[in-house]
Parts: sequence; C-alpha cells; structure tokens
Amino acid sequence: MPRGTPSLDMTPMVDLAFLLVTFFMLTASVRVDEPVIVDTPSSTSEKLLPNNVTLITIDNNGNAFYTINDGDVRIQTLEEMGKNYKIEFTDKEKKEFAGMTSFGVPMNEMKRYLGLDDAGRKEYKSLGIPRDSVDNQLGGWIHAGYVKAQTKLRDEKNKAKELNRPFKQEEMRFAIKADGKAPYVAVKEIIEVFKKQDIYIFNMITNLEKGE
Amino acid sequence: MADVNTDSGGGHGKHDKKRAKKMSTRIDMTPMVDLAFLLLTFFVMTSTFNKAKTLEMLYPADPLENQKPPKIKNALTFILSGDDKVFYYDGEFYVEGNADGKPKTELIETNYSATGIRDVLLKRNVLVTDSIEIFKKQYANNELNDSTLKKHVISVKRNAKALTVLVKTDDEATYKNVIDVMDELNITSVGKKAVVDLIPAELNLLRVKTGKAPIAEAVAPETK
Repeated sequence: MPRGTPSLDMTPMVDLAFLLVTFFMLTASVRVDEPVIVDTPSSTSEKLLPNNVTLITIDNNGNAFYTINDGDVRIQTLEEMGKNYKIEFTDKEKKEFAGMTSFGVPMNEMKRYLGLDDAGRKEYKSLGIPRDSVDNQLGGWIHAGYVKAQTKLRDEKNKAKELNRPFKQEEMRFAIKADGKAPYVAVKEIIEVFKKQDIYIFNMITNLEKGE
Repeated sequence: MADVNTDSGGGHGKHDKKRAKKMSTRIDMTPMVDLAFLLLTFFVMTSTFNKAKTLEMLYPADPLENQKPPKIKNALTFILSGDDKVFYYDGEFYVEGNADGKPKTELIETNYSATGIRDVLLKRNVLVTDSIEIFKKQYANNELNDSTLKKHVISVKRNAKALTVLVKTDDEATYKNVIDVMDELNITSVGKKAVVDLIPAELNLLRVKTGKAPIAEAVAPETK
C-alpha cells in the first residue's frame, strides 16, 4: 500500500478562517468594559439602540454612571466640567478619558482615577456620580455633554451645507441602562435630573424577551 | 491547491528526471493559519453581536405653577410596590367622604403574569385592540397600505375613548416592575400612558393594603 502524505490540504480551512476573520472584523464593535455589572430587565421591544447616545448606567444599588458615545465630545465634556469645578486636566488625562467608557467617579476623585492603570481602575470601587441637590454632578455632566454634542452636530451640519453634502447624523438620544433590581426611585431621581434640562424621551435598554 | 502546475507537457518518462530537481511550490501555511485563527478567536471573543434593544419611554413634563391637573377619562391606575406586588383601580381616586359622593376607591391586587395585568388591560382596551385587529385584517387583504395602517393605529390609540394608564410606584418598587408594566402596555396597545407620582392619599391606602401603618400627616388631595 502506498504511504499517504502526512500533510493535509489546509486551503479550504484557511479560506474559511479568513472569511470568518473578515466578517468578525467588519461587524465587531468592541465590547465596552463597564465598571459595574448590570442585569437589564427584558421586554418585547425590538427597537435598536441609536448610535449617538448619552448613556446613564444604574447599578442595583441605584448608583449612576455616565458615558457619551462620541470620543471628541467626551473630551470637550471633561474640559467643560473641569472648568466648572476648577480642575485642570493634562492632555494625557484627556486622552485617557476619551478611551474610557462608563465611569462613576466624583469630580474630586477624577484626576486620581485617570492616573490609574486598567487594573487599578478595575479595583477602584466606583460609587457612582453624586447627584444630590447640593452637588448635582450628574446633572452637570448631562448638561455639558448635551451642549457639546449639540454644538458639534450644528457645526457638522453647517459644514455639510457649505460643501453641499447630504447631512445624515442622528440627534443625540438619552439611554438609561438600569439593573432590574435597582429601586425605581433611583431611576426616577435621574429622570428628574433630565427633566430639569427639558429632556423627556428616554431609551430604556432591555433584553429581548421571546414573545409568547 | 497551493502548488502551481508548471509542468506543461504532461507526465512522460522523459520529463521525470527534470522534475525531480525542481523545488516544491507548496507553501507551508501553518503560521498563517495560526495567525488567522488567533485573530478569529480574538474577534469572536471581543465582538458584541447584537445591539442592545430599547424600550422608548416618554415622561410627562412637570406641570407649570398653578396649572390644574388634567382630568383624565377612562383612566386605569397601576400602583407598584415592593415584593413584586401590583394593585390597580379604575377611574378617579376618591377618598372617603369625598365631595362627589362617590364610593371610596379600593385597590385590587393583581400580578405580573399573563393572566394578571395583561387580562386587566385587555378587558379595558377592547375598543383599541379590536380596531387594530380590523385594520390589520384590511392590511392583510391589501385594502390598506403600510403607512395608512400605521396612521390608523396611532390615531385609534390616541382616541378619546381609548384607555389611559397611569403607573405609580412607591419607594420599594424595582425598575424591573416598571419595565414589566410598560411592556404589557405595549403588548396590549395602550397608547396613552404615563409614569407619575403617587398622591399622599393613594400612598396611605397602599400602606394599609400592604399591612403598614399609614403616614399620619398625609392630607387629602384638593378637590377639583
């Protein structure tokens, strides 16, 4: 009997592997590392989350975390908040902030938090952004982020108009991602913060539940 | 196959000797495959497949100063409490000995299952659900087009005779409870809905119902 060669033809396998790599590379959006684990309740709604959002995460203790999708806007928001709280941020810190996702740090801790490395940040126990009536930092963040995002949207719109290009960017939306076990009072408090800035429509993030 | 056939003449005895000298054109693909699979694993692990689904909620603006609360017709009020308890009552809230001479409002307990609040809602919202059924049938028979169907559905949900649902929560209700109710409202095509605050009299009634002492200084709501 003739001996078969021990090497096998890998071409189809490689074809498949690269096809999959290409597919995943194109469809991938990097998973955001959240400072808290949030178990969202389920609903039958099939509406997708818009791209341009401010996201408030609420953990099961009712602590609030903030993030905004657009990295540029995020930096501008930090600058604005720094101005309000008289904190000067270095370029390195701003860059760190742009790469960061959701955070729940009060302003006086922000500089220290930005100085930490990834592992340190994971260890840092975030207790949410303060939102009491004396020091409503969450409201500050929401307001600053909203204003900056609107300015950017307007600038881009004008630019598109000048260049005679169609303009197709969505307006900023506000999403709330809360843990199912979070007390509703906490969500209500945050909605009050939004209401003060005349924002009334929210996208509540839920899991898709199979219909009966 | 990865090797290229450079042999033009076909296998005759004469050529055999020449071919033995040739280097193999087969490339070792193992490192490339390694890399491909490494990348594949990386992307499979890090990608989040589907975008999050969201439930859109509209909150009412706070009433202006000395603005009277609107009179709501066909109202149904859900009151959510801790331990996944849910109560409801129809129409307006009447305290004992009210000016209108109506009987005192009682809370009825229900639950989050399909036979609980969904039944309550479906029974009261027949008008809307039935009309939507009719529109859908017409759509299926090509009597209506897509956009007209949508328009009809929206207008029937806004109809003055359609059910209006108020969702109120006490301090112990969880976010999941609220989302569950809002979801049921979507399922039963309730178009007019709002999450609002409890009035003190309702809170007291709720506390009595759940076996807690009523808050002493609660005052009756102003009569309209």
